[in-house]
Amino acid sequence: MIWENVLLAIASLRANKMRALLTMLGIIIGITSVIAIVTIGNAMTASVNNNLSSFGTNNITVFIREKSQNNFNIAGGIPFLGGVARPAGGAGGGGRQPVVRGSGNTSRPEDSDLISDEMINQLKAEFPNNVAGVALTNSVGSATVKDGEKYANISASGTNPDYLLSNNMNILEGRYLNQSDMDNYRNVAVVSDKLVNSIFPSGTDPISQQIKVYKTNTIEIYTIVGVYKYEASSAQVSTVSEEDATTNLYIPITTSKLGATQKNYSQITVVAKGDSSSVVSFTTQMQAYFDDVYRTNTVWGARVNSLETQLNSIMDVLNSIKLAIAFIAGISLLVGGIGVMNIMLVSVTERTREIGTRKALGAKNFHIQFQFITEAAIISGIGGIIGIILGTTVGAIVSVVLKAPVTVSILVTLGSVLFSMGIGVFFGYYPANKAAKLDPIEALRYE
Amino acid sequence: MIEISNVIKKYYVGMPNELTVLKDICLSIPEGQFVSVVGASGSGKSTLMNIIGALDRPTSGTYVLDGVPLQEMTENQLSEIRNKKIGFVFQTFNLIPRTTALNNVELPLFYMGAGKGERRKKAERLLELVGMGDRMTHMPNELSGGQKQRVAIARALANDPAIILADEPTGALDTQTGKLVMDIFLQINREERKTIVLITHNPELAEQTERIVTLSDGNIVSDHMNKKMEGARV
Ligand SMILES: Nc1ncnc2c1ncn2[C@@H]1O[C@H](COP(=O)(O)OP(=O)(O)OP(=O)(O)O)[C@@H](O)[C@H]1O
Ligand SMILES: [Mg+2]
Repeated sequence: MIWENVLLAIASLRANKMRALLTMLGIIIGITSVIAIVTIGNAMTASVNNNLSSFGTNNITVFIREKSQNNFNIAGGIPFLGGVARPAGGAGGGGRQPVVRGSGNTSRPEDSDLISDEMINQLKAEFPNNVAGVALTNSVGSATVKDGEKYANISASGTNPDYLLSNNMNILEGRYLNQSDMDNYRNVAVVSDKLVNSIFPSGTDPISQQIKVYKTNTIEIYTIVGVYKYEASSAQVSTVSEEDATTNLYIPITTSKLGATQKNYSQITVVAKGDSSSVVSFTTQMQAYFDDVYRTNTVWGARVNSLETQLNSIMDVLNSIKLAIAFIAGISLLVGGIGVMNIMLVSVTERTREIGTRKALGAKNFHIQFQFITEAAIISGIGGIIGIILGTTVGAIVSVVLKAPVTVSILVTLGSVLFSMGIGVFFGYYPANKAAKLDPIEALRYE
Repeated sequence: MIEISNVIKKYYVGMPNELTVLKDICLSIPEGQFVSVVGASGSGKSTLMNIIGALDRPTSGTYVLDGVPLQEMTENQLSEIRNKKIGFVFQTFNLIPRTTALNNVELPLFYMGAGKGERRKKAERLLELVGMGDRMTHMPNELSGGQKQRVAIARALANDPAIILADEPTGALDTQTGKLVMDIFLQINREERKTIVLITHNPELAEQTERIVTLSDGNIVSDHMNKKMEGARV
């Protein structure tokens, strides 16, 4: 009986193909947008997750800021995101911003307010099981490496050996900076393969080669000890040609600070051991530790931030956005449902005589009701299936464009089919009921 | 057995334009009788037949069908009565559009809850009976008026009802085709002993039935047995 009703409904829909199709269109658009948005949303969160994770989820940033600076805005609060705009591999590079910015207050921290080597050693001693290393950076600034006609744009940073831990840099040749480079203030550098390709003729072994770094008014000479693989960040909006793209050049932090008045660090990156949950709890512990260290300092304090905790809050925001957009798409589904109701009402009116005849032949109210509800459910069900196919396709294409993994949620898909059929039943109920309640005589007399 | 006593049908009850269409009708039709109902247009023939067919309810009076009074029955119970006991043939055929002749004939069986095989077999047999065996898979819009009416008669017979109600079944057909349809009714009455109530404006057709009831302005003004036919039947 159910199956026959379905066949009957399909036959009646086929008799009015164009109308059925137009009605379906509403449902198709609704389901397509919901599915596409959920798929794209998933791809985007995955993409953001990937991009941020490339900076290392085990990195915890500690930076000095004014204690009164309570309403801490997000741009300064997320040094990792600040770093995104910088050349690849510049983990924590943007982290100096909060301190330098100073929220309209011109006072700068004294060297004694900053994090000293001694404090870092104490931290390591305090948390031997948590600290894998402490990465230090000192941004030196942009410069150009030149050799005759050839040149390469660089951004020079002073770093320590632990910096390698905080950054998933891929060393192609040679080695990274070591303690001996640090202790002896050597003029050595780790450069990108891109720089090597720009400066040296192909086939040249870059290790032990010397490069000239042209700054605004000085020229410095460094010896290459290592080459890392340059990776263009997908998050980086490139306004310059690939050729002129700036790559990072790493020198020992001790060398970079030679002659500088400020010996201590306004920001350090602690590389934590363990999984995500232990990183989160270590972040909290470390904040308490630094709060204690800075207890007596009335102006300056330390802020501890891990990517992991920030990632969580970013994901929360993204998920709410996703939900909000999906809700809006859901409204188009509602409009589609109303379209189904509208057409079913037209159909009932159009088939009044047919309904009268069926009743004369012995159809009970539920027979009529079931017939129209089945029709509505089939329209929306087919519309839903087409919508799923389209929505998944659109979602998959956008995911591919975003270079994010294509994730098709079975739950959402199945839910959508049931939901769209539910819409058919819901919006088909009223017209079907109207049909079932028609008086047989009046229906038969209907002109 | 149809027993109608003191049936009154009014429209716009209690309103200034109240209209009494049937005025105290008493009519009893035994099983197997072929009755024709004649009368001027607007005299209330169709209204009376809709009451006999359990499609409509009288404003007052009683209708007892095969010993069962119908006035207290619910909509769905009346549907069941129509489905089992009554077959309708309309002037305008009323075949379900975009549905094959076969499926149209199967419909009463479908609502009765018969299985697919049984429905198909019975519908095919009935279409053969009315001479439509070669048009079973045709849609209504692919059939002529006479062919449509024959399909409609087959459909009216589908559940083997005791009563066939035909409201001007030949009204939309030419004389030749009308005669063919009438012959089918006569055959059904003779061979299957079905009660047939036929509304017609055609005296020639009325003359072929056993009993002629004449309505005028909501009253039965004449109800007589057809002498000619009585002799022919025995
Ligand atoms: N639903 C209704 N509302 C109001 N008046 C109605 C309704 N149905 C029928 N009537 C009236 O009842 C009267 C009888 O109608 P009915 O259809 O029974 O006539 P009839 O004898 O079948 O006529 P015809 O031979 O033209 O078919 C008519 O005057 C008609 O206007
Ligand atoms: Mg009439």
